[in-house]
Amino acid sequence: MAAWCPALAIDRWHLCRPSPESSERSDQPLVLVGETAHGPRITAASAPARAAGAQTGMLLADARALAPGLVVHPADPAGDRAFLETLALWAQRWGPWSALDPPDGLIVDVTGVAHLFGGEGALLADAKTCFAARGLAVRVGIAPTAGAAWALAHHGVPGHRIMEHDADPLIVLRDLPVAALRLDHAVELLLGRLGLKRIGDLAAIGRAALARRFRDRRAPAANPLVRLDQLCGRVPEPILPVVAVPVPLVQRRLLEPIRHRPLLDQVLADLAQALARRLEAMGQGARRLELALWKVDGDVLRRPLELAAATRDPAHITRLFAHRLDDCDAGFGIELVRLSAPWAEPLALTQIDLDAAAEAHGTSLSACIDRLTARLGAGVVAMPVPRASHVPERAQRWIAPDPAHAVQEELAFHARPLKLLDRAEPIAVIYQAPDGLPRLFRWRGAVHEITRAEGPERISPEWWREKGTARLRDYYRIEDSTGRRYWIYRRGLSGDGRGGAPEWFLQGLCA
Amino acid sequence: MALALALDAADDPADHRPWLWVQDKAAIRHSGRPYRPGLPAALRHRLIHVAADRVEDALFALEEGVRCRDLAFVVGEVAGNPAALDFTASRRLSLAAQRHGVPLWLVRLAARHDLGSARMRWDVSAAPSPPPRWNADAPGDPRWRADLFRAHVFQPGKWIVGHDGEGHNLATFSPDHGGVVPGAGDRSLAPVPAIA
Repeated sequence: MAAWCPALAIDRWHLCRPSPESSERSDQPLVLVGETAHGPRITAASAPARAAGAQTGMLLADARALAPGLVVHPADPAGDRAFLETLALWAQRWGPWSALDPPDGLIVDVTGVAHLFGGEGALLADAKTCFAARGLAVRVGIAPTAGAAWALAHHGVPGHRIMEHDADPLIVLRDLPVAALRLDHAVELLLGRLGLKRIGDLAAIGRAALARRFRDRRAPAANPLVRLDQLCGRVPEPILPVVAVPVPLVQRRLLEPIRHRPLLDQVLADLAQALARRLEAMGQGARRLELALWKVDGDVLRRPLELAAATRDPAHITRLFAHRLDDCDAGFGIELVRLSAPWAEPLALTQIDLDAAAEAHGTSLSACIDRLTARLGAGVVAMPVPRASHVPERAQRWIAPDPAHAVQEELAFHARPLKLLDRAEPIAVIYQAPDGLPRLFRWRGAVHEITRAEGPERISPEWWREKGTARLRDYYRIEDSTGRRYWIYRRGLSGDGRGGAPEWFLQGLCA
Repeated sequence: MALALALDAADDPADHRPWLWVQDKAAIRHSGRPYRPGLPAALRHRLIHVAADRVEDALFALEEGVRCRDLAFVVGEVAGNPAALDFTASRRLSLAAQRHGVPLWLVRLAARHDLGSARMRWDVSAAPSPPPRWNADAPGDPRWRADLFRAHVFQPGKWIVGHDGEGHNLATFSPDHGGVVPGAGDRSLAPVPAIA
């Protein structure tokens, strides 16, 4: 649906002026002027002014010569634009999204919506009623494409502003002027000189001729063929919708009107915290804040505040407002306090609080493991879990830390050392008798005398996993003369036919 | 090392929080990695082990561990006298441990006495074990010669420490100074210089 307010600037000017007499409103020959390099120029003229001879685009001096009784006021294009934006949001009552069509139109997507209003005719009537209630003159049209709807709204005949879904737009719209194609003024002039005055004329001369004539025009507004295709829906026409950004706002309606400053400070602190939570949820920080106090007698006190950088620190906000509230007069009491942030900027969440909390209460285990893993690497932080194997170095494996790791029944070993060397180190051993208890051993360049020994504990190789030539191990728990304990083993037996003389290794320590 | 474990195992048998064991590369080369089947039964399933490459990384891991409220205690093993583990680092660790209340045992293997800010500093070495009851040739229950050479609140002294028979508590066997028995381990934040 396209809506066009032909006299948006004039209507808005009237709405801004409290002049209830409607007769006076319509009778005034009002013109709005904008300053240009050649003097004031008319940007909008009311119907009486137009009847008197003032046209849009005319110099004010020329218009005054024609109609000396003109009422002149300055135009406000920025205000009109802002008004149109709010109008576009308001127009979302008829469809899920709406777009601006500057300077004075709107496009609303009403696909699949019309039946909610009782058909497209009823939808148009409703739109007209609502615009009239706002004091705006409007022309609306409904068509399958935005271009066709625009053409119907701007140039359609009253009573024929609806195009059916399955109708051919080139037939329905053939009598409309080429201006209904949203073309530049220069292109319209050119087409007029070529004798092509209506859309039907353009469609009749064929695509090839149009494409050749306008082959170097890229912009849709300068190329009638593109506009014609957009009108028929043969090429897509993306439209930028208007999205409402909700203003973060918190308010407290007070049970009892407050008249004293400490209570107001308390309310303000609560509001600041609530607003901070709201802003944090949106990932934003406030740049401008506004505190509004409704008094019992209907008066409203406003305290705006601008911030140098986006913030949502409640203590900071409270402190800033505390200075601004010194001069406010509570009168008979304040019954409603509202804090809003009309201007907010994205502000990422920061971890300052987390660090402070960690400083005060310690980190959690997962946070600790994450930090260690991030700094030291993934495989460095590990946790031993048992593995079903009786070979000592295979009896445990390392996994990523998981305190809740469930283990099944563990193998019960006789006595195991506290620590295991990564690789068993060969030692030289002197023993009393072959296959007997060892007496002396040399390890890392030092000779240790063995005073106590227990063993052997014979551990066979895992025949299902290792080669057939793997040798068994005889483990001994030993203690040297200074009381240190080691776990050593002899690999193989003499004469087992799997290699030469047995070798001795030191595998574990009891620290 | 085992003494440190024993002290803490004796400390609170109802504690089920995990504990952290940090070793640097030299310590692993010197004395190996923890072996789960050989650890005390109450501790073996809760071990989290960190094998740090450098001493700086090990110190970082120790400090992170001390600041973590979900850890029962932290054991660090550093071999030798590395330059990174100076008095400042030691003070940093003991302050963090004190602040967060997580016991820290810093074991220094094959180290000479150095500056340190621990509450208690022990010099621990192995002592010959008593003959066990059934096999006189086998190694018996472990014993340690513990020398408390620097402490803030206790008198320095020397003890022979070991397990008392069937129980899992520590006992002293030559109490030549009286007074602080195993209770000395009580909640101390004691880096333990040990000669393994």
